[in-house]
Amino acid sequence: MAELNAYITEERIDGADDGPLAGKTVAVKDNISTEGVATTCGSKMLEGYVPPYDATVVERLKDAGATINGKANMDEFGMGTTTETSHFGATLNPVDTDRVPGGSSGGSAAAVAAGEADLALGSDTGGSVRAPAAFCGVVGIKPTYGLVSRYGLVAYANSLEQIGPIAPTVEAAAGLLDVIAGSDPRDATTVDEGDDSNYAAAADGDVDGMTIGVPVELVEGADEGVVETFWDAIDELEDQGAEYVEVSMPSVEKAVAAYYVIAMSEASSNLARFDGTRYGLNAVEAGDYDDLSEAGNWNEAFATAREEGFGPEVKRRILLGTFALSAGYHDRYYGKAQDARAWIKQDFDESLDEADVLASPTMPVPPFELGEGLEDPRTMYLADANTVPVNLADLPAISVPAGEADGLPVGLQFIGPKYGEETIVRAASALE
Amino acid sequence: MSQALADRELAAVIGLEVHVQLETDTKIFCNCSTDAADDEEPNSRTCPVCLGLPGALPVLNEAAVESAVKIGKALDADIPEETTFHRKNYFYPDLPKGFQLTQYDAPICADGELEVRVEGERREIGVRRAHLEEDPGSIQHEGGNIDTADYTLVNYNRAGTPLMEIVTRPDFRSPAETRAFLAKLEEVLEYLGVFDATRDGSLRVDANISLVPADEVGDDGDISEDTLEDANRTEVKNISSHKGAEQALAYEVTRQKNAVKRGREVEQETRHWDESRGVTVSMRSKEAEKDYRYFREADLPPLQVSDWKERIPIPELPDDRRERFRAEYGLSEEAASKLTSRKSVADLYEQLAAEFEPDLAATWVADNLLGELNYRDMVVADITDRLDEIEYVIRLVAEDELTAKNAEEVVLRRMLDEGESPEAIIEEEDLGKASGGEVEQAVAEAIEENPDAVADYESGDDGALNFLVGQVMGKTGGSADPGQVNQLLREELA
Ligand SMILES: [Zn+2]
Repeated sequence: MAELNAYITEERIDGADDGPLAGKTVAVKDNISTEGVATTCGSKMLEGYVPPYDATVVERLKDAGATINGKANMDEFGMGTTTETSHFGATLNPVDTDRVPGGSSGGSAAAVAAGEADLALGSDTGGSVRAPAAFCGVVGIKPTYGLVSRYGLVAYANSLEQIGPIAPTVEAAAGLLDVIAGSDPRDATTVDEGDDSNYAAAADGDVDGMTIGVPVELVEGADEGVVETFWDAIDELEDQGAEYVEVSMPSVEKAVAAYYVIAMSEASSNLARFDGTRYGLNAVEAGDYDDLSEAGNWNEAFATAREEGFGPEVKRRILLGTFALSAGYHDRYYGKAQDARAWIKQDFDESLDEADVLASPTMPVPPFELGEGLEDPRTMYLADANTVPVNLADLPAISVPAGEADGLPVGLQFIGPKYGEETIVRAASALE
Repeated sequence: MSQALADRELAAVIGLEVHVQLETDTKIFCNCSTDAADDEEPNSRTCPVCLGLPGALPVLNEAAVESAVKIGKALDADIPEETTFHRKNYFYPDLPKGFQLTQYDAPICADGELEVRVEGERREIGVRRAHLEEDPGSIQHEGGNIDTADYTLVNYNRAGTPLMEIVTRPDFRSPAETRAFLAKLEEVLEYLGVFDATRDGSLRVDANISLVPADEVGDDGDISEDTLEDANRTEVKNISSHKGAEQALAYEVTRQKNAVKRGREVEQETRHWDESRGVTVSMRSKEAEKDYRYFREADLPPLQVSDWKERIPIPELPDDRRERFRAEYGLSEEAASKLTSRKSVADLYEQLAAEFEPDLAATWVADNLLGELNYRDMVVADITDRLDEIEYVIRLVAEDELTAKNAEEVVLRRMLDEGESPEAIIEEEDLGKASGGEVEQAVAEAIEENPDAVADYESGDDGALNFLVGQVMGKTGGSADPGQVNQLLREELA
C-alpha cells in the first residue's frame, strides 16, 4: 500500500450506517476539508493543518454511508499534472510504477486503480480528475461548473474547478456523482440541476443514434499510439449505432495560454491567505526562530512563511498570476485570457449544436516517466491541451479507458453540454 | 506654479470617502452576528468564512444589498441592472483572505447627490458612487505603535461586517460643509434604519483636499478639471466624526495655505489625523501607488438588482418630513428642523401631536424633553418604554392639573434621574394643582384674616388685591393658579 504513496494521511472516517455508499471505501483528495483530519493540499504550508469543519461533499459521503479511508496525495495545491510536486513525495502509477499517475488528483486515481479504495474524490481545475483517470486506466468525471459544491475545497482557481468522482467503472463514478451533486446554500455558485439526479442509471451503453463530434484540433497533436487507440474506440461506437462527425474549434489553440493565465491569476489571490497568521506554517517555524520577535515585521514574517511553505511550482504560478493581474499588464494578459475564454465557450456551444457529445483523447500522451516533466514546465502545461478547454467552458466531461498503447492506458474524453452529465455517462458506458 | 500661487487667494476643494457600517443581523458573507457584545472574547464571533479558512466560501447577505439600495434611493442614485463583487488584493494581518471583497466596476449605487444647508445656503454634494464591501478585522499594537510595538494582536470579530463606502465628488468648498454633509448623511442613514451612529467605529472618513486659486472657482462652486488636475492633492485618513472632519480639514487648509505663502509646494501625500493632538501627520511610508490587482470574485454570482429600487420601500426622509411638519402642524422652520433631525425624535413628536395640541407637543419634545435628555447624555431610545408616563405628565399640563414649570423641572427631571413614576413624584412633592374647593376656602380665609387689606381694596387700592393673592398662594403651597385666585377674590369682594 505504502509503495504507491497514494495517501498523505491514512485515517478512517466512518459514515452513516446505511446509504447508497454503505460498505464502500472512498479516498478523498487532500485539498477537500475533513473535520478533525489533516488537510494539507500536498503542501508544507498546510502540513498539520486540521480543518474544524467538513466540506459539503464530505458530509454527503458520510450521509451516504461511505467510509473515507484516507486523504489522497496530490500535486501541491493542485498545481501539476503528475502528482510529483507534492511535498509528501510522488505517487507511483499502479499500472507501471516507473511512471506518474497523472495529476493533480494522482493519489485518488492510483488508489482506485490499485484497489486501495473502491472510489475516490478528486478535483479538476484543468484536467486534474481526468488526467490521472486516463493515466491509471480508471474513470473520472469533471462535472458542469456549479453542479457540485466547492464548500471546503481549498481553492486553486475557483472559477474553473469542480470536485469530481473517480471509480473503476462509469456506473460507479456516476453513482458517486449522484451522491455529491446538488445545490448547497454555502456555495453560491451551485445550481439545483443535480438535486434529484440519477446519473448512474444513464450508464446503459445505449449510443444508438447518438452523434459524436470530434474536434479535429484536439486529435491532431496527440501521440501516434494515443490517436490510434482513440479512433479504434470511435469505430467501436459507430458499430454500436453512433454517428461520427468532425467539428472544428479554432479557439482551442488559445486554451492552454488562456487557462494558465486565468488559473495562475486566481491562484495568486486564492493562496494569499496562507501567511502563517491564522493557520499553517508560521514564520517562527519557517524561519527556525526562537520566537516571533525574531521574525521581523509582518511583511517579513509573511514572506518567511511563504518562502518556506510553498514549493517551486506554486511560487512560479503565484508570481506569474500576480504579474498577469498587475496594472499595465492586466488587460494584456488577464483581460485577453477572459476574451479567449468567451470565444472557447462559443466554439463549444456551436460544436454541441452539431453533436450530442464531443470526443477526444483525454491526454495527448501516455503516462510520463517519473521525473520526466519536472525539468520543463511548458511540456507539462501543453499536456493539458485537451482537458483545459472544458474547464474554461464550464462544461462536463468524463475520461473513460479506451484501450492501451504500448501497454499503457489511454483515456477517451467525452464532453457534454451544460448539465449534460447523463449524455457523457451514457456515451462512456458504451466503451466498457 | 507655487510661486504664482503664493500671490493668489486660495480656495479649498474637498472630497470625502465615507465608510459606514450597515446595521444587518449577520455579516455580509457569513452567518456570524454583527452584534458586538461589550465583553466578547477576541475571535469568538467568527466562522470558517470570516476567518478565511481554506475552502470556505462567501455567500452574499442580501439584507446588506437591501440596505445599500435604500441608501441609493435616498441619495437619488442609479442602481444598476446587476451588481458584482471584486477582490482587492493586498497583504495585511487584519485581512483574513489576503484580499478584501468589495465592488469595483459595478457598484450598487452611482451618481447620487445629497443636499445640505450650510449657514443658510443650500449646497448639492454629488455622490460619485457608493459600494458594498467587507470590514477587515481589527488590530491592536501592544507596547507601542505600529513601528515600535512588541507585538500586534488581531481580532476578526469585526471582519465581515458590511460596510458601505460612499465617495463624493470634490464638491465641498469648506471644512464646515463636510461637517454639515456628514451630519446630514447620518440623519438620512438613521432614517433608513441602516445605521447606528452610537456604535463604535461605525463612521470612518477619508478626505481629499486640494487648494486652487480662488478666482478659478465659479459662483456656484464649479471648478474645471484642469484646475483640479493642476492642484496637488492631500489625502487625510483616520477621521471618525463630523467634528473631526471639520477640524482636520481646517488644519489642512491652514497648513497648506502657509506652505504656499512661503513658496513651498504642497506635497501630494497621505496624512493621518491625530485627533488628540488636533494635527495631521504625514504617513512616513511613501509607498508608490498601490496596485490592488482587482478582478471579479467568481464565488459570488452577479446579483440582479434592476427591480430592487421599486421593490424596496424607504421611509419619508428628514427634508420631506420637515416640510410636512411645517405644513401639517404649523410649526416654525426651527422647530420643524429640530423635531425631524432624528427619526426617533420625529416619531415621538408625531405620536404626541396626535394626542395633544401640536404646539404643546412641539414645546414638550423640542424644548423640555430633548433639553433634559441632552443634558443627561440620553437619547429618545432610552425613554421609549416610558412614553405612557410622559403622556400622562403632558396630559396633566394640558388639563391645567400641573404647571408646565413643575412638570419639567420637578417631575420630568426626577423621572429621568431617579426612574420614579410621575404619580409618585407628584404625590411626594404635593404638586397637584389645588382643587377649586381648596382655593375657594383659602380665599375665604384670606379675606377673613386680613380685614385691613380688604378695606384698602374696597377703597380703591389695587395693590391690596395683590397682597391678598399672595396670601392665597401661600395657603395653597403655590399650587393654585394666580389668575384664578385673582378672579375669585374680585368676585368675593365685589
Ligand atoms: Zn463568520
